[in-house]
Amino acid sequence: MGDSAEFDPTRRSLLVATASAGGIAVVGTATPFVASMLPSERARALGAPVEANIASLKPGEMQIVEWRGKPVWIIRRTPEMLESIKKSDDLLSDPQSRASDQPDYAHNEFRSRKPEVGVLVGVCTHLGCSPQLKSVEDKGEMGADWLGGFYCPCHGSKFDFAGRVYSGAPAPINLPVPPYAFVSDSEVLIGEDKKEA
Amino acid sequence: MAATQKQPITGAGPFNGLLTWIDQRFPLMALWREHLAEYYAPKNFNFWYYFGSLSLFVLVLQIATGIVLTMHYKPDANFAFASVEYIMRDVPLGWLIRYMHSTGASAFFILVYLHMFRALLYGSYRRPRELLWIFGVFVYLCMMAEAFFGYLLPWGQMSFWGAQVIVNLFDAIPIIGPDLAIWIRGDYVVSDATLNRFFAFHVIAVPLVLLGLVVAHIMALHEVGSNNPDGIEIKKNLDANGRPLDGIPFHPYYTVKDAYGVAVFLIVFCAVMFFAPEMGGYFLEYNNFIPADPLKTPEHIAPVWYFTPYYSMLRAVPPMFNSQFPGVLVMGLAVVILFFLPWIDRSAVRSIRYKGPHYRWWLAAFVVAFLVLGYLGTVPTNHWGQFGGWLGGAERATVAARLFTVVYFLFFLLMPWYSKIGPNKPEPDRVTG
Repeated sequence: MGDSAEFDPTRRSLLVATASAGGIAVVGTATPFVASMLPSERARALGAPVEANIASLKPGEMQIVEWRGKPVWIIRRTPEMLESIKKSDDLLSDPQSRASDQPDYAHNEFRSRKPEVGVLVGVCTHLGCSPQLKSVEDKGEMGADWLGGFYCPCHGSKFDFAGRVYSGAPAPINLPVPPYAFVSDSEVLIGEDKKEA
Repeated sequence: MAATQKQPITGAGPFNGLLTWIDQRFPLMALWREHLAEYYAPKNFNFWYYFGSLSLFVLVLQIATGIVLTMHYKPDANFAFASVEYIMRDVPLGWLIRYMHSTGASAFFILVYLHMFRALLYGSYRRPRELLWIFGVFVYLCMMAEAFFGYLLPWGQMSFWGAQVIVNLFDAIPIIGPDLAIWIRGDYVVSDATLNRFFAFHVIAVPLVLLGLVVAHIMALHEVGSNNPDGIEIKKNLDANGRPLDGIPFHPYYTVKDAYGVAVFLIVFCAVMFFAPEMGGYFLEYNNFIPADPLKTPEHIAPVWYFTPYYSMLRAVPPMFNSQFPGVLVMGLAVVILFFLPWIDRSAVRSIRYKGPHYRWWLAAFVVAFLVLGYLGTVPTNHWGQFGGWLGGAERATVAARLFTVVYFLFFLLMPWYSKIGPNKPEPDRVTG
């Protein structure tokens, strides 16, 4: 081995072939290691839709249900809240929700199927904290021009009652609207939008 | 070397025979000489040279206490929080082991930050020590990963929401981000699956890499030899035996010095561990004494103090193109830029003792920026109130964080130019006091 300086193309080809085969084998072997870290069947099953009863939800109140481990807000909006949504357009970074995430049936003025019932994923689009409901009465904390909405305690992003983000906030886009449907007037199915009432 | 050529070991009394037997089958004496008895270190090491060996000491402490903690801890979302309380209340002296581990984590970062600052002072990253520095930065990255994974394990509110925020950093990466974040978590949210795998990373995967890197770091150090406060090479002046005139054997001189350092360090360490293990909420955050609740974000989320400079940068960068990726990018670059230090410092001399005033001022500005960013990362963005209308009512703390983020980066980005500006002082031929 190594005595002759002559290049032997047969040996070289064999070397390339075995090295390539070895490389493919390494990639193949890596697959189960990478795949095993994906969500398990159980985690996927737990991502199924959930149903919420909103019969006892009073105007101005908010209910939180858990869907895929995330808080989903159902808020029964008062006429004043709807009015404040109309007034906040100029203060927002994406008032038309063009860059934001919502099903087609919620791509409208109030980002909902019914104006008085808002459904939002309560996870800040900045870094995933859960914002808090701050009514129009919280002016002391939120500033004199506060119209009411949501406030993220982590990094100070502000949202209106339709989950639209105020400009200048660290959150880049509006809060997402999950797929949902009304099973009846008092029941909302979150995570699936096929069943129309 | 054939076994028969080795000299029998003498001077170890009753152990001569045993040590000779081992040495003929293992390079015992060669290792001893190369790394301790005949490793010549400069004789002018000062205070700043304690922190390397102290970091190693704390690493051993973390591994020892970590092994004991894994005997009682349960990496399960239903039991994790309670098992930590069990360690604190029911395991004999469990509270002491856990406080050693939690105080040790903060101590490790303090020591490593001082160790890195030493390198900045004396140009220890300069040629031929580039690879030594690079291994060091990798050690630092590993420590950050280790600290992050470990912080989820108590499964408190800050564990949970801290992990949520950090994993969502990956979510911000364009195109592959969302799938990558799900793959890291193993679920759509931080959950039991996430806790379980973070446990695996914290107790075995990252420590293995970390130990390997530490060995590489020390081997690289012993290959090129230690720098010193004068930043000059002691290998230039050798005696008749080829030994540096300004060098002294690591053992016994620096082993004794470092043992003294360990003693002083332990006094401070024990004072914190016994009397202020939470360190006013900086070492152990108050919100972490509340079990994790995925539906309720704490009022104020802040990482542990050693991450706060980078966290400040993340918050300071506004979203661009409807994406918060720029902030994540800036934060990542702030660490990655450290790798380039050996090549961007173009000064003719290594040590701050002989560098011109420009470098001194920039280094001072960098330290101030790092400390202010670190402080701002621990407080809410409205902490200093808002500016008046003339600045659009911007938050003072956010503006300050932006300013100091720029200073942080300018220290590195302008270094190729300002480091060349003199006037440098002349370097001595031999090390000074």
